[in-house]
Amino acid sequence: MKQEFTVTVYSENRVGILNQVTTVFTKRHINIESLTTSESAIEGIHKFTVVVYATKEEIDVLVRQIEKRIDILKAYYFSQDEIVYQEIALYRVPTASLFEGNEVEKLVRQYGARILEMTPEYTVIEKTGHKSETQDLFNKLDPYGVTQFTRSGRVAINKLKKEPLNSYLRKLARNGVNPEIKTD
Amino acid sequence: MEDQKKDTVKMTGSQAVMESFVREGIDLIFGYPGGAIMPVYDALYSYREKINHILVRHEQGAVHAAQGYARASGRVGVCLVTSGPAATNAVTGIADAMIDSTPVVVISGQVGSPLLGSDAFQEVDVVGVTQPVTKWNYQITRADEIPWAIARAFYIARTGRPGPVLLDITKDAQFGSLDYSYRPVTSVRSYTPYPSVDPGLVEEAARLINLSSRPMALVGQGVVLAGAEKELIEFLEKTGIPAAQTLLGLSAIPSRHPLNVGGLGMHGNYGPNVMVNQSDLVIAIGMRFDDRVTADPKRYATSARVIHMEIDPAEINKIIHADVPLLGNVKESLPMLTAKVSRNDHSKWLEEFRACERVEYKRLVEREINPDKPEITMSEVVARVSEAYDDDAIMVTDVGQHQMIAWRYFKFRQSRSVITSGGLGTMGFGLPAAIGAKLAMPDRPVCLFVGDGGFQMTIQELGTIYQSEVPVKIVLLNNNFLGMVRQWQELFFDHRYAHTSLINPDFQTIAKGYHVPAVKVTRREDLDKAVKKMVSADGPFLLEVAVEKEGNVFPMVPAGASVDEIILE
Repeated sequence: MKQEFTVTVYSENRVGILNQVTTVFTKRHINIESLTTSESAIEGIHKFTVVVYATKEEIDVLVRQIEKRIDILKAYYFSQDEIVYQEIALYRVPTASLFEGNEVEKLVRQYGARILEMTPEYTVIEKTGHKSETQDLFNKLDPYGVTQFTRSGRVAINKLKKEPLNSYLRKLARNGVNPEIKTD
Repeated sequence: MEDQKKDTVKMTGSQAVMESFVREGIDLIFGYPGGAIMPVYDALYSYREKINHILVRHEQGAVHAAQGYARASGRVGVCLVTSGPAATNAVTGIADAMIDSTPVVVISGQVGSPLLGSDAFQEVDVVGVTQPVTKWNYQITRADEIPWAIARAFYIARTGRPGPVLLDITKDAQFGSLDYSYRPVTSVRSYTPYPSVDPGLVEEAARLINLSSRPMALVGQGVVLAGAEKELIEFLEKTGIPAAQTLLGLSAIPSRHPLNVGGLGMHGNYGPNVMVNQSDLVIAIGMRFDDRVTADPKRYATSARVIHMEIDPAEINKIIHADVPLLGNVKESLPMLTAKVSRNDHSKWLEEFRACERVEYKRLVEREINPDKPEITMSEVVARVSEAYDDDAIMVTDVGQHQMIAWRYFKFRQSRSVITSGGLGTMGFGLPAAIGAKLAMPDRPVCLFVGDGGFQMTIQELGTIYQSEVPVKIVLLNNNFLGMVRQWQELFFDHRYAHTSLINPDFQTIAKGYHVPAVKVTRREDLDKAVKKMVSADGPFLLEVAVEKEGNVFPMVPAGASVDEIILE
């Protein structure tokens, strides 16, 4: 049975890694639901967070195929209950809508959203949460005239006691494997 | 830092490419010059005493030749091509090397870095195009990256599960200068070529082996790539376990070894295909359960536990679930396992394979290699050639019916004697691969079997054979058909022969044009003499045999069937 998995990939910071990660999914005709990438907590190591629907058997094979790429350090997959995750959504509504009754303000309070910027023409509201929550707020705000809505990819933190990547890097360092120095 | 400074020499990027080749022990490369690689060729001109260059006739041929070189010798094959169309021509060979785990380093020229992304003349995003078909690739835009990138390329290509690496070097990086020093790469942080062997799993594997009464070993190319043939034989002889081989695993065990029970898969032998579903323990050694081996994987090794000895973690549980996933280099894990298993004898179980062999011989092999019909069969040609070489030649094949027949009927005494396109099934592979194999192993005879279809896909490499005087023996099995496709049309598409009939040129005239001595055989009584002539010829030789037009390759496991539904005729 297909279910949602969050895949976290750690790689060296080199050109073309994103393509290497995504082709593993596209090769099997698996759509990427969400994708976030940026430098990880460790200098020089990039982190990719990919959300996909797949079977447990599929994801198990896919993650090892990602990890097989030379410049990928490690790849892990988590089911929904193994991670804490968040997405961020921004909504632009006409400022006038806030003055026509207190419905928009009530929604902002009720959803734990906040107002990021306010100009005479428009107001930008920010909400973090799961996709269903940010979507829900969009549905509620839409009648008041949302003129732009955007949502980020997922960021996720796993619930494991120890960050597996750190243990892996320590093990490598113990074995004398260090980051390469490319040129002098 | 002072010491390092003293070690460096000022040179151009192109010289650095050559110098790095020399440091990696490369003395032979295959290539084709062109605009964006000219600086490297210019440097090669100064290194021509140290590095021999074989000028091919098409870049696909350069890669296949490098593959043949690598597969015959175990060393890394090297190619040099220019940008754009040259690099895209090389892609087929690179993909072939990827799927068959062949260590190859391809250097492609690229337009100058200021022109990148501008649709410049002969510009193709080669790194993008080759990303899915290389083990690693990298674009070099500065001369000072060259020593590092080449050292890394060779390290990655040859270690772990080998594979192709492509380096795309912009023209300005070739012209640019650097302070050269060479440090071979010995590790890459994000790459674990040899996973450590888990002794607990070795124990578990040994326990299953000691308990098994119907064990069977499936031997793949991993054994050859690891150079673990001796370790394999020791394991087999101690345990008495019958061993079958995959397409690329063939010749890891001598053909006539008492525990060798033949080939696996679609056109493999009857015994191993049927017995894999009788076995209670399958020991897969350096093989990846390709769909041509397993047919329907749900009905494969149905009553067996599976020990999968594998270097690549991505292969574990990909197709067949492994009860014992024994990761690691088989060169290391096999002796560990041999030490733990009890000495055993499975002669009764082995006899079941022999019984199948007798059935196969009686119903099929006998009339294939000693036919009573007037037409010459592919099988009898292969058998006669193998005998003429005393079963000791490097057999190269192209792709199709002749490939399966050659694989079935050629016999081997030593490892690295089968060079064929397995995973990709690349028609046109054979001729250039044979050139590479012969140049790698000049003291061993190299005999190519090729069909009339595949021959014409890279036939221009006859020019390479002539120019570089490569004494390759070519057996052209000519049925004027794309035989394998025709066979499928006959069996599965109601005899509708859509575009599989070939009206061929006169191959004798073509050979003559390329100054390759040639003979054509149309009658059985002329075959032995012609084979003898080919075998004893000093230089290259083309033996063309007009074979039966609509012969079929059997046994055959029909697509989607279970391996034990193999048909013999």
